[in-house]
Amino acid sequence: MGHIFVIAEHRQGELRDITFEMLYKARALGREHAHTLTAVVLGGPDSGFGDRLAPWADRVVVMEDDRLSAFDADIYTAALLKLVTDEAPFLTLMGHTPWGMDLAPALSVRAGLPVATDCVDILLEEGGPVAIRQIYNGKLYSRVGFKASTGYMMTVRPGAFSLDEAPPEDGAGEVATRALDAEVPESRKEFVEFVDTGGGEVDIAQADLLVSVGRGVGEAENIDAVKALAELLGGTLSCSRPVVDRHWLPKYHQVGTSGKTVKPKVYLALGISGAFQHVAGIAGAGTVIAVNKDGKAPIFRVADYGVVDDLFTVVDALKEKITSG
Amino acid sequence: MDIVVCIKRVPLIQEVDLEINDAQTGVRDEALAYVINDWDNYAVEEAVILKEQLGGSVTAITVGSEADEEVLRRALAMGADQALRIDPGSRQLDGFVISRILTKAIGTMTYDLILTGVQADDDNGGMVGSMVAEGLGIGHAAVITAINIKDGEAVVHTELEGGMDEVSKVKLPALLSIQTGINEPRYVSIMGIRKARKKELKVTDLESLGLSEDDLTPRTVVEQVFFPPETAGAEMIQGDAGAVAETLLNLLKEKGVSK
Ligand SMILES: Cc1cc2nc3c(=O)[nH]c(=O)nc-3n(C[C@H](O)[C@H](O)[C@H](O)COP(=O)(O)OP(=O)(O)OC[C@H]3O[C@@H](n4cnc5c(N)ncnc54)[C@H](O)[C@@H]3O)c2cc1C
Ligand SMILES: Nc1ncnc2c1ncn2[C@@H]1O[C@H](COP(=O)(O)O)[C@@H](O)[C@H]1O
Repeated sequence: MGHIFVIAEHRQGELRDITFEMLYKARALGREHAHTLTAVVLGGPDSGFGDRLAPWADRVVVMEDDRLSAFDADIYTAALLKLVTDEAPFLTLMGHTPWGMDLAPALSVRAGLPVATDCVDILLEEGGPVAIRQIYNGKLYSRVGFKASTGYMMTVRPGAFSLDEAPPEDGAGEVATRALDAEVPESRKEFVEFVDTGGGEVDIAQADLLVSVGRGVGEAENIDAVKALAELLGGTLSCSRPVVDRHWLPKYHQVGTSGKTVKPKVYLALGISGAFQHVAGIAGAGTVIAVNKDGKAPIFRVADYGVVDDLFTVVDALKEKITSG
Repeated sequence: MDIVVCIKRVPLIQEVDLEINDAQTGVRDEALAYVINDWDNYAVEEAVILKEQLGGSVTAITVGSEADEEVLRRALAMGADQALRIDPGSRQLDGFVISRILTKAIGTMTYDLILTGVQADDDNGGMVGSMVAEGLGIGHAAVITAINIKDGEAVVHTELEGGMDEVSKVKLPALLSIQTGINEPRYVSIMGIRKARKKELKVTDLESLGLSEDDLTPRTVVEQVFFPPETAGAEMIQGDAGAVAETLLNLLKEKGVSK
């Protein structure tokens, strides 16, 4: 029996979903293996996060300090190092998010604890913890074991575990407050501001039909063919990230974790492989139809209907059927 | 501005049927084609852009086999000044061990900035950059979509979820992990790569770096690689293009979204 730590993530005064997804999984693991569950939250003064987390864990450790208001890898690493050294949790979970990717690997090196990143499942076996990960963008899975250690770290893929709407009924964790250690170093980073990058002419989140195009479209000139189809169908054009990276379409068309979360009645994915950062954005779609040349593309695992073919063949055939009535 | 950029050669996986090797610990790599990791391509471009603006040098590094020199040559053709390959021999590597090797090698160089990709397209780890920064004891920031160097600081944009960036200032030297789309990587011709053969490409082995046994001991072990577990999956629509189009249009009508 040991402790499982879940490091809460929050932004602009809100705890993020990943926090509760990790707590949900950690709680199930704790029940099964008699581990206690501690939620750890670092934040600014009077954040109120301690009380919000209390129902979900056996215990909440709160550190509040002006220097913790904004995420800062330097200060967060120092603060968490002290905590994991003092309390030696058996397993520490963080989100595989932009902040977790910055923080967790560095912390694992400093604390001397092994880390597995972007885990989609966690198993606690006799021989030690096991992480299940996706590799090659979801085309394969891997089972990852750890070098024996006193504690282990994992970063958890957002969306991998479900989210309970209401806190567990028997949950009533005690809230313990710890001061941020005086010896925390001065940060080498200074927060400036948040800026919105997602706005634009079209709000793809409002569309009922999204005709979405991925890197499979090949080149900028080919976008027009898909755009014409979207117009004929009365749908809205959207895309995956590489299409935006290459400036083939503006950012506000992008679906996914770093783009928009969409909820169309139908999502038509053309030449999109189905990386998790993309499909995380279409979880709320009614029906997903995928067209891809590669029958093994991960998108077919989340789609309702699939066509294994060249996207242009399908696009042209659709146009022809529509225009010929 | 002396910049070190860490790059990796990865297999192309789109439209490829990956096969699992006999030991079930990886993929069969005989028939695969390789490219520079997409994120690292953007990192090289960013390093070269910064050098062109501010002067200084760009050094590209990879931990890999002789075949991996291909990506170093590519980086040289894009404008890197020198390249270093560290041959890990037959050592088992994980993100941690790779980070220790890079830390040791970079630790002997002069640098103001280190760039990595956000993640490698094979293991999708997203850990090496942050670990190298920790090893070198320098500041770091991940998922970077813009860099402006001013007065010994980098003003950077970290891409967060849902169309939001966090702007922050990071003191140099620092390590930044680069996100795709930060720039438009230049085109590299075969001629360009051939010309770049004149530039220096050093090769070193692990022995000369003086790594400890702990540094070289993986902290994670891939015990098994397997195909994705069965899901209900998509209902596949078969037939010639005309028949497929007809089925799709009926589907759209049924779901209430056709015009
Ligand atoms: C921090 C972070 C955030 C990210 N955020 C996002 C995000 O918000 N949104 C997002 O989309 N990605 C995001 N990504 C990138 C993501 O990991 C993938 O790289 C990306 O989704 C791949 O896009 P794609 O499917 O269009 O391209 P690829 O993976 O290259 O797939 C192209 C597909 O097209 C198929 N194809 C090729 N030619 C044809 C043809 N002629 N006809 C039919 N099919 C064809 C191929 O078989 C392949 O499956 C993010 C990554 C990171 C690290
Ligand atoms: N073998 C390697 N040699 C050099 N750099 C690497 C290597 N592996 C990973 N990296 C760097 O670390 C980044 C993240 O990789 P990873 O943590 O493996 O997903 C990559 O984009 C590269 O910049």
